[in-house]
Amino acid sequence: MTDPDTKTMTDDPRSTSSSDGGDASAPAPRVPLPPRSATSGAVSTATDREVLTTAPGISVTGLDAFYGSGHAIKDVSIEYVPNKVTAMIGPSGSGKSTVLRCINRMHEEIPGARATGKVMLDTDDIYGSGVDVVAVRRAIGMVFQKPNPFPTMSIFDNVAAGLKLNGIKGINLKERVEQSLQGASLWDEVKDRLNEPGIGLSGGQQQRLCIARTIAVEPQVILMDEPCSALDPIATLKIEELISDLKQRFTIVIVTHNMQQAARVADTTAFFLAGELIEHAPTAEVFTNPSDSRTEEYVTGKFG
Amino acid sequence: MATTSPDVRRGGRSILERSPAARRADPLFRGILTGLAGLILVLIAFFFVFLINKAEPALSHQGVFSFLFTNDWNPSKAIYGAWPLVAGTLLTAFIALLIGVPVAVAAALFITELAPRRVRGPLVILVELLAAVPSVVYGLWGFFVLIPKLKPAEQWFADTFSFLPLVGGNVAGPNYFIAGLILAIMILPIVSAISREVISTVPADLKEASLALGATRWEMIRMAVLPYSRSGITGAAMLGLGRAIGETIAVTLVIGNSPVLGKQIFDQGYTLAAVIASEFGEAANDRVHAGALIAAGLVLFILTLLINAMARALVRRAENKGTNVKAVPGGLG
Amino acid sequence: MTALGQLTPRRRITDRVMRIVLAIGTAIALIPLIAVIYYLLSKGLGAWSIDLFTKDPTGNFLGDQGGIKSALLGTIEMVALASAIAIPFGWGVALYLVEYGRKGRFASTVRYFVDVMTGVPSIVFGLFVYATLVLSGWGGSSFSGWKGSVALALLMLPVVTRSAEVVLLLVPDALREAALALGTPRWRVTLRVVLPTALPGLVTGSLLAVARAAGETAPLLFTAAAVNGTTFNLGERMNSLPVQIYNDVQSPSDALVQRAWGSALALVTLILLTTLVARLASRRSRLS
Repeated sequence: MTDPDTKTMTDDPRSTSSSDGGDASAPAPRVPLPPRSATSGAVSTATDREVLTTAPGISVTGLDAFYGSGHAIKDVSIEYVPNKVTAMIGPSGSGKSTVLRCINRMHEEIPGARATGKVMLDTDDIYGSGVDVVAVRRAIGMVFQKPNPFPTMSIFDNVAAGLKLNGIKGINLKERVEQSLQGASLWDEVKDRLNEPGIGLSGGQQQRLCIARTIAVEPQVILMDEPCSALDPIATLKIEELISDLKQRFTIVIVTHNMQQAARVADTTAFFLAGELIEHAPTAEVFTNPSDSRTEEYVTGKFG
Repeated sequence: MATTSPDVRRGGRSILERSPAARRADPLFRGILTGLAGLILVLIAFFFVFLINKAEPALSHQGVFSFLFTNDWNPSKAIYGAWPLVAGTLLTAFIALLIGVPVAVAAALFITELAPRRVRGPLVILVELLAAVPSVVYGLWGFFVLIPKLKPAEQWFADTFSFLPLVGGNVAGPNYFIAGLILAIMILPIVSAISREVISTVPADLKEASLALGATRWEMIRMAVLPYSRSGITGAAMLGLGRAIGETIAVTLVIGNSPVLGKQIFDQGYTLAAVIASEFGEAANDRVHAGALIAAGLVLFILTLLINAMARALVRRAENKGTNVKAVPGGLG
Repeated sequence: MTALGQLTPRRRITDRVMRIVLAIGTAIALIPLIAVIYYLLSKGLGAWSIDLFTKDPTGNFLGDQGGIKSALLGTIEMVALASAIAIPFGWGVALYLVEYGRKGRFASTVRYFVDVMTGVPSIVFGLFVYATLVLSGWGGSSFSGWKGSVALALLMLPVVTRSAEVVLLLVPDALREAALALGTPRWRVTLRVVLPTALPGLVTGSLLAVARAAGETAPLLFTAAAVNGTTFNLGERMNSLPVQIYNDVQSPSDALVQRAWGSALALVTLILLTTLVARLASRRSRLS
C-alpha cells in the first residue's frame, strides 16, 4: 500500500513550481491511506483500533490573543493529540473560535487582531520567525461555520481550488479531486455533475465540498469551526461520520456549540470560558465527571 | 496498513516555510496597488501645483483679489477682472438649485414613499436616464428648442414681475435663466438619486410610529422623513451645486458668452467654465490670457472641491445616522 | 406628534394636496426627458443616412458637408484608450482600498480624495491636460487623440474606483478566508477569487464610466481638438462626436445643425447601448 506516485508528487512540485514564482511548498510526505469509498463501514472500528500516527500533533503554550485592545484569549495552553478529534466547547464569546483561528494564524487576518505565544506543529513553532503564514495554512486546513464554496467555480474547480490557486503542478488533478471527494463522502453524489457550480449543492453537500477542498491540499491538521451549525440534522450526521473517518489521516480540532456533537465525535473535549481554558480531558470524563464545577454547570445546561 | 510517519520536514526546509521567490510576490503585489493608490494623491497635488503655476502670470498681472472681484473682463486690453464670470456662475447655479432641488426632492419622495411598488423601478430608471444625456446634447436642445420656445413666456414674466429684483427689461435669446434651467435639468438626476438614498435610510419604525399615531402619509413625510433626512438632502443639493458650477458645454451654448455683467436674469452672460471653453483658442499664444483662463479653472477646481467635501460629509453623516440597514456608499445603482 | 387629533377635513385635504404636489413634481422631472427624446428622434432620425455614417466631414459650410464617420470612430478610439488607462488603474486602487488599506489612515485619505475627485468638473481635467501636455507640445503634435484619452481617463478614474470599491466590498469575507485557509497567498486570493467573484459588478461600474466619458465634450475640446478626416493614429488630432456636435451647433448653416441633431441621436444611442450592456452585466452578478 505504499505508493510511489505520492512520493514524486510531494517532491516534484517544489522544484517545478519554485521556478514560476509560485509557492513551492507542497504537502509533506505522509504515507497516504487508500481512498475510501463513501459507504465505508470502517468508521466505528477505526476509532477503536490502536491509533497509527499519520499526522503531527499540536501543542499550544501560553497563547494570548487580542482584538484591538480587547484581550480575548488569556494564557491558554493545550495539547491536540495526533489523529484524535479534539472538541472545543463553551458559551458564545468564550474564545474557542479564536483559539482555533490562532492555530492556523487566520486570527491575524482580522484588522487589529494579534496573538502571542507558542503553537508547535510537531517540532515547529508556527509563530516562529522565518515561518510563513501561507505555508502554515497549507499544513493546517480549516472548515468554516457557513459552507463557503467559491461561487464562480464548478464543483471540480472548487475541490481543485487549493491546488490551482497555489499553482501546484505535477500532480494528477482529476485523481486528486476524486480522492478528495471520496474522502469527503461526496463523490457518489456529485460524480456526474462535476462541472456544475458548487453553490448549486445543498447546504450539507456544500459543507462536504468545503471539506473535500480542504483535504485536497493534503494538510496534516484540519480545524473545523462549528461546521454543522448551519446544517440540518441529517446533514450534520453525515459530517460527524465523516469526521470520525477523517481522523485516520488527520489531527482534527472542532469547535462546536452542540454538546451532543462533542460527545459523539470527540476523543477529548476542552471547555473554554471567558477566554480561558477551564478543563481538557477525555470526552466521557468531561461530560460525566468534570473536575471543575463551571464545566459541570455548563455541560448540564445551567448556563450558556 | 499505513506506517507511522509524522515527519513534517522535507529536505532542508520546514513545511512552514516557502521559497524566497514565492514569498516576494505578496509584498510586490501589495506595493504595486499601494503605488497606484498613492498616485492618485500625487496626481491631485500635481494638479494644484501645476494649475497655480500656470495661472501665475495672470494672477500676478491682475492680483488675486482683483481677478475675482473686478467687473471688467477685457482680454484685448489685457484686463482680467473675472467678476462677470464669477457672478454668472453663481447666478446660474442659484437658479438651477431653485428650480432643480424642489423638483428632485419631490420626485425622490414620491418614488420612495408614495408611488405604487410596481412603478418605482421604472420611475427610477427614467429619472436616471436624464443623466445619460450628454451635456452637448442639452446644449443643442436648449439652443434650438428651449430658447425660441420659452422667449414669449420669459418676456411675459419679465413684464409682469418687473418689481422683483433681477427681473424686467428685454429678454435676450440666450440668457442666465435658460442656462440655469438647463443646469436644473442636468443636476436633477444626481440630486434625486442621493435624496432617494438618504430617504431610504430613514428607519421604518420611525415612519411606522408616526403612522400608528394616526398621521396621514404627508404628515409622516413631514414629521418623520424630512427632519430625519434634512442634512442628507442638503448634501445632495450641494453635490448638485458642484455639478452646476462646473458644467461647461451646455451653458456655453445657451448663455450668450457676453463678458459684460447682465443686469437681470434674462440678459446674456458668461460663466467661469464657459469662458474657458470659448476663449482658449485665442488665448493659446498669450501667456497672460491663458493664465487667466487657467486661473478661472483653478477657481472652479477649488470651489468644487470645497463644495463636494462639505456635501459628502453631510450625506455620509445622514446615512450613518441611526440605521445601518442600508449603507450603500455613494452607489446609485 | 402631539397635535394629532382627529383626522379633520383640513388635514385630509392637506394630505391630498401634498400627494398631488409630489406627483406633479415627479411629472415635471420627466418632462425634459420626454422633450429631449422627442426632439432627438424627430430631428435626428431625419438626418440619419448611409452617408452620415460613411463619410468624413468636409469642413464646407455650403455644398457637400459630409458625414460624421471620423467623429464616431474618433470617439470610439479615444474612449477605448481612456478605458484601457482608467479601468485597470481604478480597479487597482479599489483593490488596494478594499483588500489592503481597509480603514487605515492612508486608505481613508485616498478614498476621500477619490470621492472629492468625482465632483471636479470635466473641464478642469481638460484644462489640466491642456496645460501639461498640449501647451508644452509633449510628444510631438500639440493636440492629439491620446491627450484627449488622458483627459477622459482622469475623468473616469474616480467613477471607476468608487464603483469598483462598492462592488468589492460586497464580496463576502468568507470567500477570502476560505482561500486564505487553503494556504493561498493574498495576491492570488485577490486576483483569482475576489476579482472573478466581483467581475460582473466591476464591469457594470466601469461601463457606466465609459458611457459618461463618451458624452464628454469639454475635456476633448482643447486636448484632441477637431479634424475632418478619419485617423487611427492617436498621436494626431482626432475628431469626436461631442466636439463635432459642439462645432456644428455654433455654425450658421442649417444643414450642419441638421447634422448636429443626427450626431446627437447617434451619440445618445451609443451611450444608451453602453448603459444597457452595463445593466445586463450586473444581472450576471452573484452578489446581492
